[in-house]
Amino acid sequence: MKTWKLAAGLLLSVALPSAACATDLEVTHWWTSGGEAAAVAELAKAFDASGDHWVDGAIAGGGDTARPVMIARITGGDPMGATQFNHGQQALELVQAGLMLDLTDVAEAQKWREVVNPISLLDGCTIDGKVYCAPMNIHSPEWLWINNKIYEDLGIPVPQNWTEFVASAPQVEAAGKIPLALGRQAWQSNLAFNAIAVGIGGLDLWKKVNVDKDMDAAAGPEMLKVFQASADARKLASKSTVQDWNQATNMVITGEAAGQIMGDWAQGEFAVAGKVAGKDYTCLPGLGLNAYLSTGGDAFYFPKLTDPDQEAAQKRLAALLVSPEVQVAFNLKKGSLPIRGDIDMSAANDCMKKGLEILKSGNVVPAGDQVWSPDVQTQLGDMQSEFWSGDMTPEDAQARYVEILKSGL
Amino acid sequence: MAGKPRGLRLFRNLNAKVAAVPMVLTTLVVFVGGTLWTVLYSFTNSKLLPRWQFVGLDQYKRLWSNDLWNAAIWNLAFYGVMSLIFTITMGFVLAVLLDQKIRFEDTFRTIMLYPFALSFIVTGLVWQWILNPEMGIQEVVRRMGFEGFTFDPLHNPNTVLYGLLIAGLWQGTGFTMCLMLAGLRGIDEDIWKAARVDGIPKWKTYLFVVIPMMRPVFITTLVIVAAGIIKLYDLVVAQTSGGPGNASQVPAMYVYRYMFTAQNLGQGFAASTMMLLSVLIVLIPWAYLEFGGKKHG
Repeated sequence: MKTWKLAAGLLLSVALPSAACATDLEVTHWWTSGGEAAAVAELAKAFDASGDHWVDGAIAGGGDTARPVMIARITGGDPMGATQFNHGQQALELVQAGLMLDLTDVAEAQKWREVVNPISLLDGCTIDGKVYCAPMNIHSPEWLWINNKIYEDLGIPVPQNWTEFVASAPQVEAAGKIPLALGRQAWQSNLAFNAIAVGIGGLDLWKKVNVDKDMDAAAGPEMLKVFQASADARKLASKSTVQDWNQATNMVITGEAAGQIMGDWAQGEFAVAGKVAGKDYTCLPGLGLNAYLSTGGDAFYFPKLTDPDQEAAQKRLAALLVSPEVQVAFNLKKGSLPIRGDIDMSAANDCMKKGLEILKSGNVVPAGDQVWSPDVQTQLGDMQSEFWSGDMTPEDAQARYVEILKSGL
Repeated sequence: MAGKPRGLRLFRNLNAKVAAVPMVLTTLVVFVGGTLWTVLYSFTNSKLLPRWQFVGLDQYKRLWSNDLWNAAIWNLAFYGVMSLIFTITMGFVLAVLLDQKIRFEDTFRTIMLYPFALSFIVTGLVWQWILNPEMGIQEVVRRMGFEGFTFDPLHNPNTVLYGLLIAGLWQGTGFTMCLMLAGLRGIDEDIWKAARVDGIPKWKTYLFVVIPMMRPVFITTLVIVAAGIIKLYDLVVAQTSGGPGNASQVPAMYVYRYMFTAQNLGQGFAASTMMLLSVLIVLIPWAYLEFGGKKHG
């Protein structure tokens, strides 16, 4: 009897607020590191405050682990309310198969086309003129993160670009530290390579290879330089044996390693550890050589559901995610850049401000996920992972690189 | 005359046959049907979702020109040969030792068989920790005073397969031992008495009399171990996740990666069809030896 009353009470407490049409939406994502989880908590708070209920469906292990689970649930007839994907081709076939909710009316009502900057992010969500996802944040993977204290202890200036970083590596190594932290997962090797490609190779080369898909440029001497620079970098990272990216970032935070090439999301980890940008650590966008950032990002897709109440809630969530307040709160915690140019980010730290400036000046290139299919990205990851932990020569690696890109033409 | 008993035979043991229907249907639809479907779709260019667009042998051409797949095959071949040799010899030697009517045989048998009760995921994780240079064997030996001692098989592309092998042997040898022990116990006592009367040394009796008599046990063990090797997946995922680089990739990981991460079902299906083929290569000769021969004998 008692339990029955309790159950009834609980039921009421859930049922009563739903008079104001509160709906549970399960949201799946792979944001599980400290900084990322803090950012997701902001989203949940905002959605709960608006009267609906955020059911968190975090999947640990990174995007490569999480995406198969999400896709299996959507194609298997057990769709969630909303799910994270990277912009671009990852969810393309799901949209084409009609499994995703069309958000065009939300996008028009909220004037996304006017506020989203750079507009390529909205284009990544648009298929045949219809909008299928809500852009959430901008990823820029081309950052070098450096622990200042290591260099202060050594009595040498903190490197201001990749060349100086490589030049100082022998001294770092002599002090018993690992010069470069690198997590041993395929996507991280691929990320490091692409960052070096933008930094060393420059914008023109990057665009020629990845946007114009010029295979002669990919096989050319300029690209070989990028592979040689990567081979240098791999020597610096040879003693780094961790797997996850945040473990590698932690090596930089604790002073075990001097630097890491990682996306802007690494900043969330520094923030959680209580480190101050500019004082405890230095961040160099485009590896300090070319201040260009590629702008991929995360977006939320909304699988089609049968319940009209839930569909309305999905559209409310989509509008909320792009709203200025949520954009500010989320991106400050995550350390990523917001997708709208019209909001006040004065609370941002030094690193984010550097990123915002680059964004404003328009020095942006599209990200790998936007220009290549997951099939090509996976093959590149496998190849890079072998290159970064083996002894493949730069020439061999380049030959295979070209082969793989050709399979995606 | 011929038709009537056959009709009767169909209805004999009717209850048992009705009870078996769900299992038979499951086997036909899920296993055989699913297998045929996979093989068929391996000839298409399906990406994230299966679609019927025939491309002939393209997926197989790409598969066999892919370095990762070839590396995975070689890794598996190396692991498989080593694993077969060591599990069978070690299993047999352990079984012989246990067969010497020693005291506490039950206790030893239990200890040896215990690892088999653990899943490959647990085995992989445990051995990942034991072989980890910062907290495993290397650290223990260093703390005992041998500062220069290095033992770090998992982070070196040349030795990582041995690291996997250690874990695989630790898990599987006990089971082989039990199979072999059962085989040894099945040998007639009189054979031993006869050998003793003839003055044949014990090791010779094992090598030239007992082992040939245990042929069926060896073949069964071989098939069980070999089938387990081909589907090797969870041990690698838990212990090394294919690394460092691709030095411990195995075919099953390639299948998963291409079906789900790379969103290229056709390529994954082609790879899994090749795995099916290799299982059949192991199974068909065995089935022929086990069941085909007896009809005549």
